Amino acid sequence: MLATPPFSLAASRRLRMAKRAQVTAALLALLLALLVLTLTLGQSFTPPSDVLRVLLGEDVAGASFAVGQLRLPRGVLAVLSGLSFGMAGAAFQIMLRNPLASPDIIGISSGASAAAVFAIVVLSLKGTAVSLFAIGAGLSVALLVYGLSFRNGVAGTRLILVGIGVSAMLESMVAYVLTQAPEWSLQEALRWLSGSLNGVQLAQAVPLLAALALFGGLLLMRSRDLDLLRLGDDTAAALGVRVSQTRVLVIVAAVGLIATATAVTGPIAFVAFLSGPIAARVVGPRQSLLIPAALVGAVLVLGADYAGQFLLPGRYPVGVITGALGAPYLIYLIVRANRAGGTL
Amino acid sequence: MASSAQAAVPLKLTGRSGGQRGLWAGQDETISQASVALRIPRTVLALLGGAALGLAGTVMQGVTRNPLADPGILGVNTGAALAVVIGIAWFNMSSTQAFVWAAIAGAGGAAILVYTIGSLGRGGATPLKLALAGAATSIAFSSLVTAVVLPRNDIAGGVRSWQIGGVGGADFERILAVLPFLVVGFVISLLSAKKLNSLALGDDMAAGLGERVATIRAVAAFGAILLCGATTAACGPIGFVGLVVPHLCRLLLGSDYRWLLPFSALGGASLLVLADTVGRVVARPGELDVGIITALVGAPFFIWVVRRQRIREL
Repeated sequence: MLATPPFSLAASRRLRMAKRAQVTAALLALLLALLVLTLTLGQSFTPPSDVLRVLLGEDVAGASFAVGQLRLPRGVLAVLSGLSFGMAGAAFQIMLRNPLASPDIIGISSGASAAAVFAIVVLSLKGTAVSLFAIGAGLSVALLVYGLSFRNGVAGTRLILVGIGVSAMLESMVAYVLTQAPEWSLQEALRWLSGSLNGVQLAQAVPLLAALALFGGLLLMRSRDLDLLRLGDDTAAALGVRVSQTRVLVIVAAVGLIATATAVTGPIAFVAFLSGPIAARVVGPRQSLLIPAALVGAVLVLGADYAGQFLLPGRYPVGVITGALGAPYLIYLIVRANRAGGTL
Repeated sequence: MASSAQAAVPLKLTGRSGGQRGLWAGQDETISQASVALRIPRTVLALLGGAALGLAGTVMQGVTRNPLADPGILGVNTGAALAVVIGIAWFNMSSTQAFVWAAIAGAGGAAILVYTIGSLGRGGATPLKLALAGAATSIAFSSLVTAVVLPRNDIAGGVRSWQIGGVGGADFERILAVLPFLVVGFVISLLSAKKLNSLALGDDMAAGLGERVATIRAVAAFGAILLCGATTAACGPIGFVGLVVPHLCRLLLGSDYRWLLPFSALGGASLLVLADTVGRVVARPGELDVGIITALVGAPFFIWVVRRQRIREL
């Protein structure tokens, strides 16, 4: 170490930044490729030229319905919800310095889901009202979990265990509300229990876009402060971060993203939990993770939805696929933490 | 739910009304008689299942020395449900007898898997690691249950009953099929009381007292797995009974397993019957599966356990 010249710090930083830019570009390219795949290849193949004409608003026989009504809304919403889940999940994980503290493990997604299904089934609300209701509920759940796990400061372990308990309760509330629905529909039930993109419409993208612009923008503006929080509250404060203000802003913005996406697609299992760690692995250490994590989230949702529709025997909602993918990763995290002798 | 409208008919089960006497004679002419006829098997099942889950929870907490051990939280019940669903979908199982064997195999597999994951490496099975491993396994198994059942339209109606436990569709045939397993499970679990007392002193102390620690663990866990598997085969996965009951009993009775075990069976039976009755009454004209009620009641309790000063080992 002593032999390294002084300028290597800056050089290695430049290297890391360059790598991050490359990885981000690669993720973007992968996402676009997946999007093209979902738009062109479904039950039948539609040539890209036809897809383009449909996108430009032309009426193409045989393709307008399949692409315009089925594949396009699905693809767009998969991307938007994936971006939201990924970015918000990473924000939580960075802020609480624990990969397990993602919104889908500590109950925030289930809270938003319970609120959304309650608003739809019992209050007969629609559209933006459902999103607002879900955001309110998500924030209350975040507050509740934080408050319940507070005792001379919030210990990570207690927060996560309390979150597991809260989400068990909220999931049974979802089940309860669904039994109140006029008729038990398996597809609807699966949407609110594990997340699904079945039957989504392009109009539903509007609240998601608005949330991404507002809350996503807020998170990105705060991304430097958020990264400094990783060093610990005291160090961050010494470096000029207003810790509690940043924390409140990040919670509000991340919950807003999660809740808006959940109100449309249901709590797509484990996307928020998986995106951050995957992004960290591909980007490398000490980098801002928000944008890569958002892209990873979008790739996950889009890919899992495509796999659930076409690559497996039978058709599965996206949440079933991501749930089956995410659980082994959670187990891997536990096992690895055990090996390292770390405190989980 | 054909029974839902009838199930909501208010009737005093304890009242010595004429309708009831007629029922025991096999009559079901009036609506009251018919609805009681439906309630008897589900109440019997709730009693048995509750007793089994309460007892299994206490045994598991004793075996793992972990205050958060519960057949639901550890994913054991979901494992049993997954095994049954796979049996139905891929092996054309149809008899309750076969369900029970599959459920016990699934419960055992899940218990071993979760415990292994939770206890790998240094530090052993801490409450957090076990709870997380259980939660992850539960989510994975639920996803797999859905994945197995979804493409099969002929059995898809049953997904719900394998994800949310209930005693609504009980009949005596099913109860009789699981009864032998429950009895064996009860006997093994109750007989292990003294050994669990030794385990509670710590592994070293128990070994010093001349106990074979590993054998005790295996035998007692086998009893608990029999109970969980048989209950899940009859009711579907029901969570939190095995968490709430042992803690309440411990508050009332102290930590002697010779008292704890029988009383947690009693407490579990009372809790599940109560929860089932509440579920039948609150959501008229429909009814709530008992698994929803136990989660609504049990999750706050779980949080309370977590919040106590620190999670100490049992």
